[in-house]
Amino acid sequence: MRARLLRFGPDALGKAGVVGSGRLYAAVAAGGFRRYATYRAATLAGVFTNTVFGVILAYTYIALWDERPHLGGYDQSQALTYVWLGQALLTTMCVMGTGFEEELIERIRTGDIAIDLYRPADLQLWWLAQDLGRALFQLLGRGLIPFVLGAWLFDLSLPASPLTWLAFLVAVALGVLVSYSFRFLVALAAFWLMDGAGITQMAWLAGVFCSGMVLPLNVFPGVLGEVVRALPWAALIQAPADVLMGEADLLGTFAFQAGWAVALLGAGRLLQVVATRRVVVQGG
Amino acid sequence: MDSHSHSHSQVDGSFDESHDSFSNNSFNESFIELDGVEKVFDVRKKTGFMRSERREVRAVDSISFRVARGEMVGYIGPNGAGKSTTIKMLTGILTPSGGRLRVAGIDPSRERTRLARRIGVVFGQRTTLWWDLPLIDSYKLMHRMYRIPDARYRENLDRCVELLELADLLDVPVRQLSLGQRMRGDIAAALLHDPEVLYLDEPTIGLDVISKARVREFLRDLNAERGTTVLLTTHDLQDIEQLCSRVMVIDHGRLMYDGPLTGLHEVGDSERTLVVDLERELPPVEVPSARVVRVEGPRQWLAFPASESAAPLVARIAAEYPLVDLSVREPDIEAVIAKMLHSMRDTPKPPPEQAERSGRAAS
Ligand SMILES: Nc1ncnc2c1ncn2[C@@H]1O[C@H](COP(=O)(O)OP(=O)(O)O)[C@@H](O)[C@H]1O
Ligand SMILES: [Mg+2]
Repeated sequence: MRARLLRFGPDALGKAGVVGSGRLYAAVAAGGFRRYATYRAATLAGVFTNTVFGVILAYTYIALWDERPHLGGYDQSQALTYVWLGQALLTTMCVMGTGFEEELIERIRTGDIAIDLYRPADLQLWWLAQDLGRALFQLLGRGLIPFVLGAWLFDLSLPASPLTWLAFLVAVALGVLVSYSFRFLVALAAFWLMDGAGITQMAWLAGVFCSGMVLPLNVFPGVLGEVVRALPWAALIQAPADVLMGEADLLGTFAFQAGWAVALLGAGRLLQVVATRRVVVQGG
Repeated sequence: MDSHSHSHSQVDGSFDESHDSFSNNSFNESFIELDGVEKVFDVRKKTGFMRSERREVRAVDSISFRVARGEMVGYIGPNGAGKSTTIKMLTGILTPSGGRLRVAGIDPSRERTRLARRIGVVFGQRTTLWWDLPLIDSYKLMHRMYRIPDARYRENLDRCVELLELADLLDVPVRQLSLGQRMRGDIAAALLHDPEVLYLDEPTIGLDVISKARVREFLRDLNAERGTTVLLTTHDLQDIEQLCSRVMVIDHGRLMYDGPLTGLHEVGDSERTLVVDLERELPPVEVPSARVVRVEGPRQWLAFPASESAAPLVARIAAEYPLVDLSVREPDIEAVIAKMLHSMRDTPKPPPEQAERSGRAAS
């Protein structure tokens, strides 16, 4: 069991194996990027939606912060930065689903998963690579424009130091990793559930509520606030936002995100071993 | 479990060295070996609130056969006979419940990834291709996934593109391909890494006549030129007729027949149909070795033994009747198998062991 868990990909041992695997997963990631890039109309519509929602949320926040200045420890400009960051990262982090998980669930349901298992590639790494490609596209294709527009229309508090921006990108990357590992778990649940739709809807609801896409998690009161800030969804938008606005202890935030990523990836790996066993013995 | 995974990773590590020695193995004359292979599924059926009933489905029931390197074998049987289950066990994505199974000396379910580099699989109703991306992107992935040397990859791709007429399709997203185009694309994807054996599960299902012909021709060339071992399941008797010198029939998970197709025709005593259009309405045509089974205006349907040539029959009718047009309909595979199984059941049923042996004796 231990040996299996540590084995990433078929030929993890050996330098040639690592290089070969690297090239494969790089190709998969590039494919993931291009897949989403082919849907130009959808991307354009998404950019429009994110911008409109950003404007609506921004005016709501302005009204709210006029009433309650320094709500959650943010000043108004920081609150607006949070709004536009949320819009920029929404699809990158797949807060509302519609990532690879629906496809994977469908493959499990129809039995196409048998093909995936038969290939000499690791399921979790394969989809991870593809999801990283997708996230990169959505960060650039869907996130960038609304954010730039937001910064142009409103007074945002953005850092001057390129190092802070770099740290922000690290936090985004870790956030994507957490988002992926969680959705991988959700998708694998389809092996045991008759209907994957139920669990994706629950994951979607939890994401909308706990990621802070509606209100910053700082604003959540008391114990509820402490709980949501400790859950993995806090790694998606709240963590990168705090890093960007200099509100976070860098190492602590990275450790929080990485901790969740490792835990969820580990759980995903375990579930994958069990699921593979089930497919191989029970035929799905 | 521990020892299993251990051997697994060990084997992966030494893959490069073991590969050549395996290919040259002379003791492995039969490439695929099954000895009493079984697959039993546990099926749980809900019988009420919080209550379920467990039932065993014997999808494959003690099947034994051998396939030599370079053979091209048809694997047929009614729906639910256990064909796909057998193929899944051969690829290693399903573990047998019993018996012994070896492909190229390897136990597929224990060393699935290692074997994957040496076999190709096409599941007719599923696709390995990337749905949203141009066909060529899926091939580039295969290139990386199977670590195909660059020159080899280019050579194989060129060959497949030429023979399967894929040149115009390479830049087309897979979702825009027709079923026949997609199938050709899938077959190419399964062959880029030079597999020693190709398993095809219903490769011609739903294809138009032209695509079917192209796929068949390609498979025939592949087998003849590269010596690739081919095992295919199909519902199309013509696939078997045109491709396979040997056919295996399974029913309810058991091997009922193993031998040449002609033998199957005889065992099944099946009939082909000659459809003739005469100049005008006439009484049923009278010729020896054929009987009229249907008359509709000037058109008549004649049944004749499938093992006999249609040529003398046609010549005779053309000489004696005002013939305008004709066509020959092959018996469909279901009819052939049904007849064969029926005639086997009529005779006192031999125990399964014997049925198998007598089947094999025919080959
Ligand atoms: N994963 C599975 N779980 C339970 N029963 C299965 C499973 N796969 C196949 N079966 C059953 O096994 C039998 C053989 O199926 P299959 O191999 O798909 O037949 P074929 O390909 O010849 O049509 C059928 O009765 C089918 O219902
Ligand atoms: Mg089948």
